[in-house]
Amino acid sequence: MTATIETPSPTPEPEPVVTPAQARTWQIDIPGVTQADLSPLKWQLYLALLAFGIGALMGLLQALERANINLYDEVRLQSYYQGLTLHGVAMVLVFTFCFANSFLSLMTMKAYGRPLKSRLISQASTWSATIGVALALWAILANKATVLFTFYAPLQATPAFYVGAVLLVISTWLVLVNMIWTLADWRKDHPKDRIPLLAYASIISYIMWFLASLGIAVEVLFYLLPWSLGWRDQVDPQFTRVLFWFTGHPIVYFWLMPIYVSWYMLLPGQVGGKIFSDGLTRIVFVAFMLLIPVGAHHQFTDPGIPFSSKSLQWLLTFAIFYPSVVTLFSVVASLESGARARGGKGLIAWIGKLPWGDPAVAGQLLAGIIFMGGGASGLVNASLTANLVVHNTSFIPGHFHLTVGTAVALSIMAISYWLIPYFTGKRLYNRPLAVVQVWTWAIGVSIFSRGQMAGGIEGVPRRTLIQEATYKDNFNWALSHALTAIGGTIMFIAAVMFFVVVFGTIFSNRAVTTVQKVPLAPIINGPRDTWAIMDRIGMWTLITIVGIVIVLGELIFHYWPIWPVSPGIQLW
Amino acid sequence: MHVDKREKRVMQITVVVLGVAIGALVLSMTASHKSLPEPAGRIRPEDVRVTAPFDNPGVRQVGENEYEVVMIAQAWEWVPNRVEIPAGSHVTFKVTSVDVIHGFRVPDTDLNAMVIPGQITEVDVDFDEARDFTLLCHEYCGIGHHRMGADIVIVEN
Ligand code: HEM
Ligand SMILES: [Cu+2]
Ligand SMILES: [Cu+2]
Repeated sequence: MTATIETPSPTPEPEPVVTPAQARTWQIDIPGVTQADLSPLKWQLYLALLAFGIGALMGLLQALERANINLYDEVRLQSYYQGLTLHGVAMVLVFTFCFANSFLSLMTMKAYGRPLKSRLISQASTWSATIGVALALWAILANKATVLFTFYAPLQATPAFYVGAVLLVISTWLVLVNMIWTLADWRKDHPKDRIPLLAYASIISYIMWFLASLGIAVEVLFYLLPWSLGWRDQVDPQFTRVLFWFTGHPIVYFWLMPIYVSWYMLLPGQVGGKIFSDGLTRIVFVAFMLLIPVGAHHQFTDPGIPFSSKSLQWLLTFAIFYPSVVTLFSVVASLESGARARGGKGLIAWIGKLPWGDPAVAGQLLAGIIFMGGGASGLVNASLTANLVVHNTSFIPGHFHLTVGTAVALSIMAISYWLIPYFTGKRLYNRPLAVVQVWTWAIGVSIFSRGQMAGGIEGVPRRTLIQEATYKDNFNWALSHALTAIGGTIMFIAAVMFFVVVFGTIFSNRAVTTVQKVPLAPIINGPRDTWAIMDRIGMWTLITIVGIVIVLGELIFHYWPIWPVSPGIQLW
Repeated sequence: MHVDKREKRVMQITVVVLGVAIGALVLSMTASHKSLPEPAGRIRPEDVRVTAPFDNPGVRQVGENEYEVVMIAQAWEWVPNRVEIPAGSHVTFKVTSVDVIHGFRVPDTDLNAMVIPGQITEVDVDFDEARDFTLLCHEYCGIGHHRMGADIVIVEN
């Protein structure tokens, strides 16, 4: 392989700077970035972790319910479904979004070697997320929004729930505004340079998400919110589902892309390897953006969706295989380069030479390995015929606890193991416990998902208080429930260990002694020989929009007219 | 642009594998005639109980070994909540909801569809041998969701 070695960003390696003199100071690797710049990002990360903690507690209750242990009275919740709403919202809306906001903002600063253009916008994003979470949390805890995280009409929540969701989404849009502004500002000083890869991946993730989020934005702002305020009498439950899934598919990319940023660009640095290819990395991120409009594959079994739309979006779905395989290959290749540099040998044996003793590395490696299992089960979902067996069964939670529930969540935990010291200047508390923690999660989720998937194939419905189900004696679901309960409890124990490490770090008085660095890896190929056209972000955005208009247009054209027949109903 | 040789190889293989996978799936779909609901009409939830065929839910024979089952999904029961069908028949289910979204699922069969207010769900299946099946709701429909089951009994004919 002809390796041209370049520094990842055209900006020269920055001088470490000391943050403003305060009680405690520590050094970070981005010039001009002060504690005041980091603070909103730090709080947004804490908000993410708070949501994870709440979600994990609810997860435990759900798992124990499978073992016929019902603790909902003890925690003062009205029902299993109220807890499940909390679990879904906290985990996949708050935890993931707030982490992305925090992490990719920091990556943008690192890439350009300067603070974000507007500290005010950073702060506004954190406030918007905080108020949004507070509103939604209140609505759920007051039992006024037991609609699960999908909030399908005609189940109708109190307006505060929808307003909370909107504010949370606005927090992500604010991050995008800041990224665009920072890029424009950097361009003035670097008119000829390639956009640094790290900044490129970050901004493409956010443009992707902005376009994707328009589905839910229209659903909530035009339909659900006015309807729950009483300004609109009826909505079309089939059409609002289309809008939901327009966002609901690519939301998965938004969960994954920050993790891909870490796997592609930081993890190689943490194992002493190099980024495999600048150009391919850019192509993968753009590919995800182009593949936004495939949401109808979540609606194979919906009665109102035209067959043509189901087929078209189903075929497009298979294209996702492509960026996924390229990612697998690139990430493994760059890890291998690191392991070989550390003396690793053999076809497989080099894996042992990776720095498994570093919890930030071990967690992401395990997350990646488990993700492969998730990918395989995803192919099952995507195949039309197998989908008929597993759709809306517990197979689906079995699948996505491997993907978002581990590939993403375990990676976030692992990243937190260097990010919290970076944000606080405190040394990581109890490193060995952190290593045990990531293994515990990996073992727990493997058992848990095994149980959920096996159950799903035997017909266990998802989103169901299963031990109270009137029909449960017609089936033999005991093994599935036992594995789910055991695995879920182990995952919860891992979550508790995680918080021991997090709080131990935040409240420790052992300050870091070295400059805190974002572990950005050097690049093997590029960016000099990456196609210049990849950097035409505006053009790619436009192509994406055209694709969306065609694919969504096809669906709406065949579905027309919208059929608003449902008043709001509360059934909890 | 410089692309590593091994990487190129992997990408080519990916394309081939994908092509084969899609081909196999398309074949299996056409060969096995799986029942995916296609638009079967719309109906206002408040009109359901007074509009044929939903004004008279239940089983009716529509041909030799051909049956139609008309059902209403409502919180939290199926109407009717027990149907009997002779073995060896081809059955079409017509289902709609009068309130929120429900899920129509009979484990051990390919029957799996959403029931959405305003839309009529139509799915069909062959019942070959006598045995009991359970119809259950697999979409959250409120606090009593887990109580929403029904019996589908296939009897010797
Ligand atoms: C302590 C660890 C966890 C446990 C024990 C757990 C357990 C469960 C169980 C048993 C269900 C199925 C509930 C049902 O279908 O009735 C579920 C659903 C779900 N979980 Fe988890 N989970 C955990 C962590 C996570 C994480 C980390 C995420 C994502 C970041 C996540 C996201 C979800 C989502 C989105 C659902 C679906 C909610 C719905 O259907 O409305 N979970 N979880
Ligand atoms: Cu999807
Ligand atoms: Cu239900």
